[in-house]
Amino acid sequence: MDSEYFFELLCGGLVKGSIYALIALGYTMVYGIIQLINFAHGEIYMIGAFVAFIVSGVLTLTGYGGPTVLLLAAVIAIIYAAAYGYTLEKIAYRPLRAAPRLSPLISAIGASIFLTNYVQLAQTPDFLPFPELITDFDFMEPFSRYVSSVDLVILVVTTLTMIALTVLIKYTRVGKAMRATQQDAVMARLVGINVDRVISATFIIGSALAAIAGVLIASRTGQINSAIGFMAGIKAFTAAVLGGIGNIPGAVLGGLVLGIAETLGAGYISSAYEDVFAFGLLVLILVLRPAGLLGKAVKQKV
Amino acid sequence: MLEVRGIQTFYGNIQALKSVSLSIREGEIVTLIGANGAGKSTTLMSICGVTPPRHGEILFRGQPIHRLGAEKIVTLGICQVPEGRHIFPQMSVLENLEMGAYLRQDKAAIKADVDEVFERFPILGKRRQQAGGTLSGGEQQMLAISRALLARPTLLLLDEPSLGLAPLIIKQIFEIIRKINAESNTTVFLVEQNANQALKIAHRGYVMENGAITLEDRADNLLSNEEVKKAYLGI
Ligand SMILES: Nc1ncnc2c1ncn2[C@@H]1O[C@H](COP(=O)(O)OP(=O)(O)OP(=O)(O)O)[C@@H](O)[C@H]1O
Ligand SMILES: [Mg+2]
Repeated sequence: MDSEYFFELLCGGLVKGSIYALIALGYTMVYGIIQLINFAHGEIYMIGAFVAFIVSGVLTLTGYGGPTVLLLAAVIAIIYAAAYGYTLEKIAYRPLRAAPRLSPLISAIGASIFLTNYVQLAQTPDFLPFPELITDFDFMEPFSRYVSSVDLVILVVTTLTMIALTVLIKYTRVGKAMRATQQDAVMARLVGINVDRVISATFIIGSALAAIAGVLIASRTGQINSAIGFMAGIKAFTAAVLGGIGNIPGAVLGGLVLGIAETLGAGYISSAYEDVFAFGLLVLILVLRPAGLLGKAVKQKV
Repeated sequence: MLEVRGIQTFYGNIQALKSVSLSIREGEIVTLIGANGAGKSTTLMSICGVTPPRHGEILFRGQPIHRLGAEKIVTLGICQVPEGRHIFPQMSVLENLEMGAYLRQDKAAIKADVDEVFERFPILGKRRQQAGGTLSGGEQQMLAISRALLARPTLLLLDEPSLGLAPLIIKQIFEIIRKINAESNTTVFLVEQNANQALKIAHRGYVMENGAITLEDRADNLLSNEEVKKAYLGI
């Protein structure tokens, strides 16, 4: 077997997987807090990519350099996506908090369809070319076969984002409140945590991560349209379930495993079946380990 | 200090509290005893705002609190150690304690209070980095009470703190409750199935049946009350 080819695929899978992981984090965090599959999460990612597209289009005209434009576009995309995520929860999920579990799920699917069509009508259903904002780094020349400069940026940004998220969840006040709410919502209220605010914060953080993913993937594929949220959403959801839904390290692991499996399958067997590998892997894991790779570790004593 | 007036609490269409009235004075230990399903836990959760009453009112120091919501009520100094302890299972012992002080800003004083907990319960100090969910039942109960104390409550609500514990530990827990009340002047509202022990440390007691208070008296009177003896003391 050609080990160079393998390594090339592995790197590609890692890049893809880290993007899945970023989106999967949003699914898993929301699920961990309110046990809801936020089906509209993929659309938040798409909106992030669209905002970045529009902002970078405008900024490029003003003559700023690629990296500056990318950074500004990303920041604005994050703010927009976070606002959408926050509003989505307020409008589509909060009124249904006490309803049977199926109701918010249906609302989530409705929100997903709504957002796709909204962007399609407000913008366009066609594919739009995303500007090349990351120019090739000279020092990446020798490795360009495995990792392009864009890929390097993606890996660095996702790694830094995940470290930041870990610190946030482990040490900050809002992070502790999120963990407490996830582990025992009644007790969280009894120690004085405003659970509504924690839920809002979770949507804001998850949406911000999705926006980062949106900007990164758009920079890599070079094109976006209003429907990209669907497949990315399903893949990231798969990653979250793969790792154990509700489990944050699980979402990262699930994303990476999914990305690598998909890329290897496509590279060695056939790229036509890429999605089949992804979902086949999901079925396999669910049969062998129904709780996902990292499942629930510590059980509560009763 | 606390005045509960004719509260009615529902779970959906199920009425758990029919009309509960009781009062707790500053500095007291008041106990609430009753059979399984009588509505004791629901009474505590109603006071704390987790299951707000549909009718009736709750006054704390003269102010109505029954519409405030749980996170506001905690800020008034009303804290609960719920039935089943509700330790955050994946958080360490230390983090669990810190969550008790969630609303406090005085970092140095919090640290001092945590150290005091570890002094009082050396076993918790030894396990400070261990996940709360892995503690034994007795250790969890000590942690649950300590966590509530970290909020520096003026009114402490305890829901069956002796549940599922060995007799020796139960004795210890009741002794701790008595101390908390005596030393830090914390008013205690104690829900118990263990009526004998509870009435021994309490000043007054209420008996609850089917979502309503049926009896109220001084604790020593309840201890010698024939009906109470038959129904709750197993004598
Ligand atoms: N979440 C709930 N949903 C529906 N009904 C409930 C719920 N919690 C309690 N109930 C009902 O309300 C009534 C009172 O319950 P509660 O837990 O307050 O009793 P309790 O006196 O604390 O009992 P125990 O001594 O067993 O703890 C019971 O009939 C119970 O079935
Ligand atoms: Mg109870």
